[in-house]
Amino acid sequence: MGKLGTIARRTFLIGSVAVAGGVAFGYYMYKRPAANPLLEELGEGETALTEYVRISSDGITLITPRADKGQGVYSMQAALIAEELDVELEQVTVDPGPPSPAYYNTALSEEAAPFRSTDDGFAAESVRSVMDVLMKFLGMQITGGSTSAPDGYQKLRIAGAVARETLKKAASQKTGVAVADLTTEGGAVLLPDGTSLSYIDLAPMAAQIEPVTEVSLRDPSTWRLIGQPMQRVDIVDKSTGRLVYGIDHKVEGMLHAAVKLNPAQGGEMSAIDGSEAEKMRGVVKVVPVKGGVGVIADNTWRAMQAAEAVKFETGPSPFPASMDDHWSALEASFVEDAVDSRQRDEGDTAARLEGAEVFEAEYRAPYLAHAPLEPVSAIVQVQDDRVDVWTGTQIPRFVQSNVADLTGMDIEKVHVHVFMMGGSFGHRLEDEVVKQATQLAMAVKGKPVKLTYSREEDMMHDFTRQIAMARMKGTVKDGKVETLDLGIAMPSVVVSQMGRQGFPVPGPDLQIVAGAWEQPYRIPNYRVTGYRAPQLAPISSWRSVGASSNGFFHDCALDELIHAAGADPMEERLRLMWHDASRKTLEAVAEMSNWGSDLGANRGRGVAFVMSFGVPTAEVVEVTNTPDGIKIDKVYVAAEVGRVIDPLNFDNLVKGGVVWGLGHAMNCEITYTDGVADQTNYHAFEAMRLYQCPEIEVRGLENSDKIRGIGEPPVPPAAAALANAIYAATGQRIREMPFNKHIDFV
Amino acid sequence: MKLSVNGKSHDVDVENDMPLLWVLRDELGITGVKYGCGIAQCGACTVHIDGQAVRSCQIAAGEVEDAEITTIEGLGQPEALHAVQSAWIEHQVAQCGYCQSGQIMQAASFLQLNDEPTDEDIDFAMSANLCRCGTYPRIREAVKTAAKTLRGA
Ligand code: FES
Ligand code: FES
Repeated sequence: MGKLGTIARRTFLIGSVAVAGGVAFGYYMYKRPAANPLLEELGEGETALTEYVRISSDGITLITPRADKGQGVYSMQAALIAEELDVELEQVTVDPGPPSPAYYNTALSEEAAPFRSTDDGFAAESVRSVMDVLMKFLGMQITGGSTSAPDGYQKLRIAGAVARETLKKAASQKTGVAVADLTTEGGAVLLPDGTSLSYIDLAPMAAQIEPVTEVSLRDPSTWRLIGQPMQRVDIVDKSTGRLVYGIDHKVEGMLHAAVKLNPAQGGEMSAIDGSEAEKMRGVVKVVPVKGGVGVIADNTWRAMQAAEAVKFETGPSPFPASMDDHWSALEASFVEDAVDSRQRDEGDTAARLEGAEVFEAEYRAPYLAHAPLEPVSAIVQVQDDRVDVWTGTQIPRFVQSNVADLTGMDIEKVHVHVFMMGGSFGHRLEDEVVKQATQLAMAVKGKPVKLTYSREEDMMHDFTRQIAMARMKGTVKDGKVETLDLGIAMPSVVVSQMGRQGFPVPGPDLQIVAGAWEQPYRIPNYRVTGYRAPQLAPISSWRSVGASSNGFFHDCALDELIHAAGADPMEERLRLMWHDASRKTLEAVAEMSNWGSDLGANRGRGVAFVMSFGVPTAEVVEVTNTPDGIKIDKVYVAAEVGRVIDPLNFDNLVKGGVVWGLGHAMNCEITYTDGVADQTNYHAFEAMRLYQCPEIEVRGLENSDKIRGIGEPPVPPAAAALANAIYAATGQRIREMPFNKHIDFV
Repeated sequence: MKLSVNGKSHDVDVENDMPLLWVLRDELGITGVKYGCGIAQCGACTVHIDGQAVRSCQIAAGEVEDAEITTIEGLGQPEALHAVQSAWIEHQVAQCGYCQSGQIMQAASFLQLNDEPTDEDIDFAMSANLCRCGTYPRIREAVKTAAKTLRGA
């Protein structure tokens, strides 16, 4: 408490400055970044109005710094700017912009702060604002944690408004017409007599004057774009093969490369013999790289063939030899010494479990690969006075500094060009491929080298989703859930991930209990304990991170107790839930699924609720138990995001999240034997295919005043709702992912 | 050897056993065709050979010397879209979009053989193409829309 007091006091100062900035008066203050990165790279005749709008004689470019991995954030960010700037999306070009601290991610701190997202109290808000300053300081230009919507929602609209008002000011000076008499539309300022002055013509003048920095934002009732279904800016290119992903990019004179990494995770290859490989057609050079060996050639396939021809000795993996050993390490972590956090401890759980009839269960979730369909790749060109990197990444600033370290080049001379990504799901929060490509490029200085991972390397050397285990104890009384005691053990994702970037992470890791400890239920005796397991195989953020395993654990544990109490799964969840916006998501799926109606023979219905990333999400899954196995018939989803920025993209993302959650729960795991991944390609890691895909009905709710992202929250409840539905249909309780270890699917 | 791609003839100097996928991507710079798995598990590399959908990662360049190869670029372009592409745009199918060239090529070839597909036909024809983003519900809708257009044409 003492520590919190200090933090809160310090924050108060920062907080009051922010308030004095004008928010209290309905005006928004545009805070200019320390340095506008666009100014450094402006070409002849180009103007930057804020760090988000660039205008040249050729047209208007909107800068959308959150990277697009398929979630449509280029479009979303562009729409937020365009709404206030008064341009049509068809009129503008969208550019992710250079890596810069000016594009720090404000919303990440929300999740990093140790408060439940339902906590709006002073202490929680204060600490969040301190974290915000910290993030700005670190210049965390990161895409992740479903933060792009909350991060950009105000910032980008303000930037659009600032650019618009500055253009109006320029028009007023030019024509002598008062600003108040000017309007804007379709990329132009309109005079009262109907004369139209295009932004493009006004931009050079606007660049010369003092920008307008105090703006008011438009009332939602007047929005043209936000809340409407939008055509994605890249949809035509993606449907005609014209979109250039990182893997497709070409640089003049480029060579192609492949790697063969030490098959055992974390081990180093030795006795590398590339003599056979070097004789193969098209091969330029065999080069040792971090964790293995690379081959540079004139064609990717030739490089891949040659990489397979390199002889070497496999260095042993420092990680446990068998999966049994991995699981034993988790089992051994359920001890007081390993307690990482116990942020939820209500009632007297320990006392209640004494002597009562106690229900117990144990749950498991395996390592999982990210396996986006586009394997990782990077092009690097090292020259005397600069280094260029072309790649799809969620962490451009880390990439920049890591490449600077490797090449000994000043960081300003490392230019990172970010590309559209063919999926990521957290995969591109790592940058091994860039480091290896840099080593290869250094070996043929001057020449650009494109390193493309084979699917096998991509899958076998993924930094996977955490392995996790949970133990539940509970009691019921008078048809109600009375005690829920959940312990969760896993290694720390944050320590593993940030450790690779050289950052130590002290203190508890709330991802160990995310998706469990902060659920908005009131249960008389309710305890959630996180146990820190030792670091095993290297792990990383996987779509919905800790909640991807914990949502399953927590919700299924609750479901088991509800059934033990003889209560209705929907009604008992609603009875226990105190948070209004969360209740509404359950009520919505109850209505959508006609909960309580008769489904007929061999069918079952399961509900799950998980709040993650601040988004209460409820799902109902319906299944049929057929002679060939479980068939998933239908899924209903309701999620609370404050504001649905684009209903069409929202629908698409939610469905994708459900497919992701269900597919991996059905049939995916990564297992290691002597550190070597047993799954090497999609044949052994299928997830969901089209014929298995249920009908999915989606509803976005807007009852809260907090804007939230939807990339991850639909994932955690999916597995839980499926397990609960299978129980309802078959009486079989599945407590381990993947479920196909215990039951067949059609 | 000579390869005919999207109606144009190209001279390429490659091994007979180089997969067509890599000839297209690295030798000819035709990158609408994607690499996803290399082992016929994902369908991202789907092209048409004499009108039929095949996995270009499994076809050796030497086998298709006399054939007509079509990639997504040859199927249709923004100014002249194929009915399947129009349906894909109308339904906003793509998320990351990386699988979609393959999905569209698969759908175009399948609908040519069967423009009145049942739900089961669609499931059967489209299930060998993976989409990691989970756009399956929209793929189903878009295939139906495209089928309708093709029947009308
Ligand atoms: S790359 Fe050919 S099927 Fe996957
Ligand atoms: S849209 Fe991303 S893999 Fe299908």
